[in-house]
Amino acid sequence: MNRILSCLFVLVVMAGSPARAVQPDEIMSDPAKEARARDLSRELRCMVCQNQSIDDSEAPLARDLRILVRERIAAGDSDAQVMDFLVARYGEFVLLKPRLNRHTWLLWLLPPLALAGGGFALWSLGRRRAKSGATEDTALYKLTAEEEARLERLIAAGSSSDKPD
Amino acid sequence: MIAEAGHYALVLALALALIQSTLPILGSRWRDAALMNVARSTAIAQLMFVAVSFAALITLHVSSDFSVVNVFENSHSMKPLIYKITGVWGNHEGSMLLWVSILALFGGLVAMFGNNLPLSLRAHVLAVQAWVASAFYLFILITSNPFLRIANPPIEGRDLNPVLQDIGLAVHPPMLYLGYVGFSISFSFAVAALIEGRIDAAWARWVRPWTLVAWIFLTLGIAMGSYWAYYELGWGGWWFWDPVENASLMPWLAGTALLHSLVVMEKRNALKVWTILLSILAFSLSLLGTFLVRSGVLTSVHAFATDPTRGVFILLILCIFIGGSLSLYAWRASALKQGGLFAPISREGALVLNNLFLTSACATVLVGTLYPLALEVITGDKISVGAPFFNLTFGPLFLPLMIAVPFGPLLAWKRGDLLGAAQRLIGAGVAALIAVATVWAWTLGGSTFAPLAIGLAVFVIVGALSDLAERIGLFRVPLGTALQRAGGLPRSSWGTVFAHAGVGIALIGIVCETTWNSEYIGSMKPADVARIAGYELKLDGVRSSQGPNYREMIAQFSVRSDGRLLDTMTPSKRNFTTRGSTTTEAALLTRGVSQLYISLGDIADDGRIAVRIYHKPLVLLIWFGPVLMALGGMLSLSDRRLRVGAPKPAKSMRGLQAAE
Repeated sequence: MNRILSCLFVLVVMAGSPARAVQPDEIMSDPAKEARARDLSRELRCMVCQNQSIDDSEAPLARDLRILVRERIAAGDSDAQVMDFLVARYGEFVLLKPRLNRHTWLLWLLPPLALAGGGFALWSLGRRRAKSGATEDTALYKLTAEEEARLERLIAAGSSSDKPD
Repeated sequence: MIAEAGHYALVLALALALIQSTLPILGSRWRDAALMNVARSTAIAQLMFVAVSFAALITLHVSSDFSVVNVFENSHSMKPLIYKITGVWGNHEGSMLLWVSILALFGGLVAMFGNNLPLSLRAHVLAVQAWVASAFYLFILITSNPFLRIANPPIEGRDLNPVLQDIGLAVHPPMLYLGYVGFSISFSFAVAALIEGRIDAAWARWVRPWTLVAWIFLTLGIAMGSYWAYYELGWGGWWFWDPVENASLMPWLAGTALLHSLVVMEKRNALKVWTILLSILAFSLSLLGTFLVRSGVLTSVHAFATDPTRGVFILLILCIFIGGSLSLYAWRASALKQGGLFAPISREGALVLNNLFLTSACATVLVGTLYPLALEVITGDKISVGAPFFNLTFGPLFLPLMIAVPFGPLLAWKRGDLLGAAQRLIGAGVAALIAVATVWAWTLGGSTFAPLAIGLAVFVIVGALSDLAERIGLFRVPLGTALQRAGGLPRSSWGTVFAHAGVGIALIGIVCETTWNSEYIGSMKPADVARIAGYELKLDGVRSSQGPNYREMIAQFSVRSDGRLLDTMTPSKRNFTTRGSTTTEAALLTRGVSQLYISLGDIADDGRIAVRIYHKPLVLLIWFGPVLMALGGMLSLSDRRLRVGAPKPAKSMRGLQAAE
């Protein structure tokens, strides 16, 4: 169902991935600058779309943004300047890779913290076990009264269908 | 009449589910076998009634009964029969009905084939299953009834969204749901174990085949959906880190972790508490996915707030089940006895490492998906979290996991020999180095990352094969003996080899497609030639034709390589009159496992047509990998010890260890 819903969204916004949306008339004559424009486009969100970059999207807004990016590059802006320009105009929402700041440090830190926290938990658990000198709990292998009764029945019946492998 | 019958059957299914939720639990409290057995009959009866309800909706769609809102909004009398059927689940109400149908199917299967389960465990499992079912029956009946009538029936329907009029809709959602909902079984088993306060290796052995089934379907469902998007949406992308995709990836990651921890639990009786938690999490993430997709919260937090009935209802279900099961876990987990000690370097240790990385990766996807929603609700700030974020965080978590994959199966249980395992992987390491050197030399000056990633993939594949060679003693014993041993190897060992090799193969496809994808964007007029990756594509001409419910513009390209005609490709654009929308039908030409891909843009006034052509090297490996993984799962599922079941927990445990 997921994919269908995503198709539905896509239909609404007609978004896409590498080069789906870049029109022939948008392409810059300098291949190096065009490549820069493409790389930047992949990091910028088409704001009326469902989480699609402007490089992917066919929405008119995405086209405007692509042309804007190319205009800035043609005017001699560096990549960082182009990004700053767009953020100043449209806000942080335009960035698909959020910048590290007061509101997003948690987002960026959680993945490494999850790994480190999990690793630490395992390590301390291992240590605690080693200290307490735990042994295997044989009570686990004991059968319940119900199972004992069933086993008795099976043995009595000499059942062949219940052979263990 | 049919609509009313379907509606009524659904109400009866709800009534049965309510009985199934309560009586078996009371039966187990009072030690009343008859009451506990009620679960079995109600589960089967429930399945029958839901099947009637589902069949009713299919009948309504096939007969184009536009007096039913659901049919009117999503169907059209001219639509081909196959899409009339698949259109049943191509909309919110119908897809929820498919959801509960599959839930009832799994419940019915447990009831029918769970004869070797202890009576009280089966009663509890089916009761928990019925709690979930009751919640979702209520959801459908109260907020999303697919059987509502229209007072004045129109003569024609609004047609199904054209993007969905594809064979992909017939396969992808049912597969995905079989995966999603399949995890409800491991969830029910986990909750039942917590209620009973008893869990042993036999439990893992009952749960494993169900988890495997769900995992196989989810793997195939995700891969299938990815390929569908690749060819249908016409932009050549196959994964977008879209929240809707993430919603299916999260249960997959948790489910993969669960499969591995179940192995430890079955063989060594360890990691119980963790396995229970993973079972709960896998299904909770499935529920979360359902909420994300079904509530409208993804489109906008505000859309959710303006029409909250459905969203709030699912959110309530989500809170009750996730909150409830986790509270139960916190309360009862300490009662479960731990067993099976092991050293950090051991098969168990490797599987724990696998779980650590998979759950961290899952947490990353979860945070990236939910963070923007949470931030907007709390502070009102809007941020975007897209592909660049996930590539940066998910990738680094997956790479170490890939390095560890070949080591796992080579380590012994309890206490392993890392150096010994490394020695046995020398062959795989050498193969990986050769691959890195070859690819690097071949693409000199290109990406430095890609050759290393290919090397890693080769390491995983050859590593999986050397595990196999090791087990059958290839090169150490005569070939005949080795082959004989290969025949006698448990199917689950073969499953491991296939699944692990599948991971490596998918990685090769992903790296090649993203690194060496070449593209041509231009506007062409007839007789123009585009050159890409050694192929010449000539636009022969453009023609139009009439489909059953659309008009189509078809462009014909002839593809040449070294002046020799290979094939013709016919990408098209379809215009669906009823909805006034267009779809792009990309044309694909498969050469080996690489593909040429053409999709059409707009036609200019002068008759030039915007064309995008891609050459995607080894792209098919991206989907062969998951297919191989699923095949591995099926092999493992057909293993004799899972087929036979686990009638005598303690005894069969010992037998297994001896066999290792």
